[in-house]
Amino acid sequence: MLKFILKRLGSAVGVLFAASLLLYVLVINSGDPLGDLRESNAKNREYLMQQRIDYMNLEQPWYLRYITWLGGVGRCFVGSCDLGKNVNGIEVTGLLANAASSTLRLVLLATIIAAILGIAIGVLTAVRQYSGLDYLVTFLTFLFFSLPVFWAAVLLKEYMAIGYNNWLEDPQISIGTSILIGVVVGLALQMLLAGSLKRRGLTFIITAVFVPLLLQYSVWLNFYRYPQMGPAILVVLTLLLALSATAMTVGLKEKKVLYPALITVVLVLGMYYATFWLLQDANTWLLVIGGALAVAVPALIGKFMGGRLSKAAASVSALVGFVGAGLTVLDHIFRAWPGFLDLKGRPIATIGSSTANLGGGYWDSFLDNATQLLLPTIVLAIISLASYSRYTRSSMLEVQQQDYIRTARSKGLSERTVIFRHAFRNALIPIATIAAFDFAGLIGGAVVTETVFGWKGMGDLFITGLHAIDPAPVMAFFLVTGTAAVLFNLLADIVYALLDPRIRV
Amino acid sequence: MSNTNEKAPENLTSIAEVEDAKLAATTEQSKSQSRIVLERFLRHKPAMVSAVVLVLVTLLAFTSIGFGPVPGWWKQSYLDAGSVVNGGKPTFSLLPTWLGGSGIAWGDHPFGQDSVGKDYFALVMNGTQKSIIIGVVVGLVGTFLGAVIGAVAGYFRGWVDEVLMRITDLFIVIPLLVLAAVLGQIAGRGSTSIIALAVVLGLVTWTGLARLVRGEILSLREREYVSAAQAMGSRTSRVIFKHLLPNTIGVIVVNATFAIAGAILLESSLSFLGFGVQQPESSLGLLISQYQNAFLTRPWLFWWPGMTIVVIALAVNFLGDGLRDAFDPRQTGKRRRRRAGLFAMPTRKEKP
Repeated sequence: MLKFILKRLGSAVGVLFAASLLLYVLVINSGDPLGDLRESNAKNREYLMQQRIDYMNLEQPWYLRYITWLGGVGRCFVGSCDLGKNVNGIEVTGLLANAASSTLRLVLLATIIAAILGIAIGVLTAVRQYSGLDYLVTFLTFLFFSLPVFWAAVLLKEYMAIGYNNWLEDPQISIGTSILIGVVVGLALQMLLAGSLKRRGLTFIITAVFVPLLLQYSVWLNFYRYPQMGPAILVVLTLLLALSATAMTVGLKEKKVLYPALITVVLVLGMYYATFWLLQDANTWLLVIGGALAVAVPALIGKFMGGRLSKAAASVSALVGFVGAGLTVLDHIFRAWPGFLDLKGRPIATIGSSTANLGGGYWDSFLDNATQLLLPTIVLAIISLASYSRYTRSSMLEVQQQDYIRTARSKGLSERTVIFRHAFRNALIPIATIAAFDFAGLIGGAVVTETVFGWKGMGDLFITGLHAIDPAPVMAFFLVTGTAAVLFNLLADIVYALLDPRIRV
Repeated sequence: MSNTNEKAPENLTSIAEVEDAKLAATTEQSKSQSRIVLERFLRHKPAMVSAVVLVLVTLLAFTSIGFGPVPGWWKQSYLDAGSVVNGGKPTFSLLPTWLGGSGIAWGDHPFGQDSVGKDYFALVMNGTQKSIIIGVVVGLVGTFLGAVIGAVAGYFRGWVDEVLMRITDLFIVIPLLVLAAVLGQIAGRGSTSIIALAVVLGLVTWTGLARLVRGEILSLREREYVSAAQAMGSRTSRVIFKHLLPNTIGVIVVNATFAIAGAILLESSLSFLGFGVQQPESSLGLLISQYQNAFLTRPWLFWWPGMTIVVIALAVNFLGDGLRDAFDPRQTGKRRRRRAGLFAMPTRKEKP
């Protein structure tokens, strides 16, 4: 294994080196870096040109410039990177650090959401192959594959963001609209839950009646400007989650899993009151530590109470604890929402990564970041989601044909155990490698998405660099993406070998 | 070896003869592999619908405004500015009069006009032509390169394979959009021809197919018929192009289809970023980027090219899906039993 990794790393370094040389030559030959100055009428034109020549070392031949750049990169190994200066004489190293953190913030959330949702949808459509749901999802994934990103992003900006902001000025939902929403949600839900015709009909009728009532009630409460949740709803939601998670993993009959989950629900309620004043003015560290505790403590409870099912019990309890903590935070966000609306009247932003001079407390800037992230995250997630669900679906279908699945069924195992224990876990193996690729690709930036949403990230660094025929930022961009691609490729191979014992390296 | 089948004639002595006689007695025609694939493909409804849509869109784009010296039936040119009628609103309508629309009407400017009064239908049709040409050229160049490089690497193995695959890695390590943008900028400065851009894009989109074909060839080259061909003294090029590549035709065709859809999307992204098609040439992506600021006042300038891209890319992707199902050797019977594995998926060529 070690030999394999070293060999792969060796060839990867060679490839990276050659690719950097190729890209460098291509970029400096893609135009005239002094072009805009040659045509300008500025009085100090000569001075400006000389200044730019100094910044970019233009008087040197290209190989010397490349070697200088490579030397600067080499110094990263001794802790003092020097990636050169851009056309305006600003150190690229500093620019890169800002851009990378901004892009990471954008991409991380979108990847996680896309992976979780996409895998869930993929499993569901594979289990119900050739159902109405399957055909609908297949059509939608193909649609998302065929969507020009910038076009979809501009539509989202115009209709979703601006439409929502306008609507929020005076949130009203007419009776007709709410009935329509009810019917649509009802149709979607009966498709999702499936079952016999009677069950589907019942699902549809109940939803189609319940949703319009709920919508009208929320309008009457003025929920959209003054949202509230409170401990009662928190307990009901976590309880529902505890029951359904137990039912999905081992079934409700297994008290060894059910009881720790229920204890966690009680703990969540306790913590809701205990942390109430603490969370009024929170900070990021508090949230991170709280989140970690909300996973660790229930997991320990599950582990000790679970007996032979300790693994399942621990994960179910941890999930309940985590979601409970999330809902507690959501409750505080709800409380901060009216105050936030006073600061930022049109909440969903279409451009930039944060609002300047917002003021307000922790929750206000938290909400500000969230509303700025919302649209780009939706765009990125929708497109990654399509490929995740498609890959998961074909991987699940592949696995379901295997002999060991037939063996599991003929042993008399329940369908739930067959799907989740035997099929799903094997289907995840190729998905793990795809997730690695996907993440590596996304670090390289959502170049187009960043441009549409005016996000100063890696993509922006690259585009402005290329427009100015400025190799330093383009090469800095490549350094990060190329290294990420190589490392995640290697990681994918190693993970594959670890997960699948049939693979020998 | 007495015959066990009572229907078979008595005087046959070998199993092969019995089987031959049985075959001759049946009315069913045996089908060639390509015939089976074609029939499966024709049964794939989404692919058939897509094929019809694609042919219609292509015909509309090429006949309406004409292509090259051939004039089309559409009376207005995409170059002429004119007086803006009714704010440039589209005259195309499908809503019947009794629903408050103006009936099914085509009108003078079905897709509306831009701010200087150019007919937008002609502009979009021009862009559609260019996008289709780019897609097809990129698909052809990329597929040819990928197939040949993959086949050569897989057939010769050893140092040839090593070198070619490291070159492939080289192209994979640089993000496609980056490479395409840099090359697009160079091509754009050299000439404004879309063919130059398309060829350049084809030069960077062959990597995925090369890897797939190499994998296929690595296993195919161990077959007996390849040894037979080599033993008979066939030239290497003949073995590769006559015996090996035709057997990977499924992978190649399916990937070529998805490559066309990917290329159209990649071109639109590049043009949107300003590294793709340059004025005075036009493409659907360039139309969107030119008119994106007009969204609030003239939303149709934004809608029509975008919808056209979506329709073309969707149809091509469904076509590829149908082809993949048709070429899948594991399929039997009328009902599609299962999809092909991971070997080909519609892929976005550029990262979002």
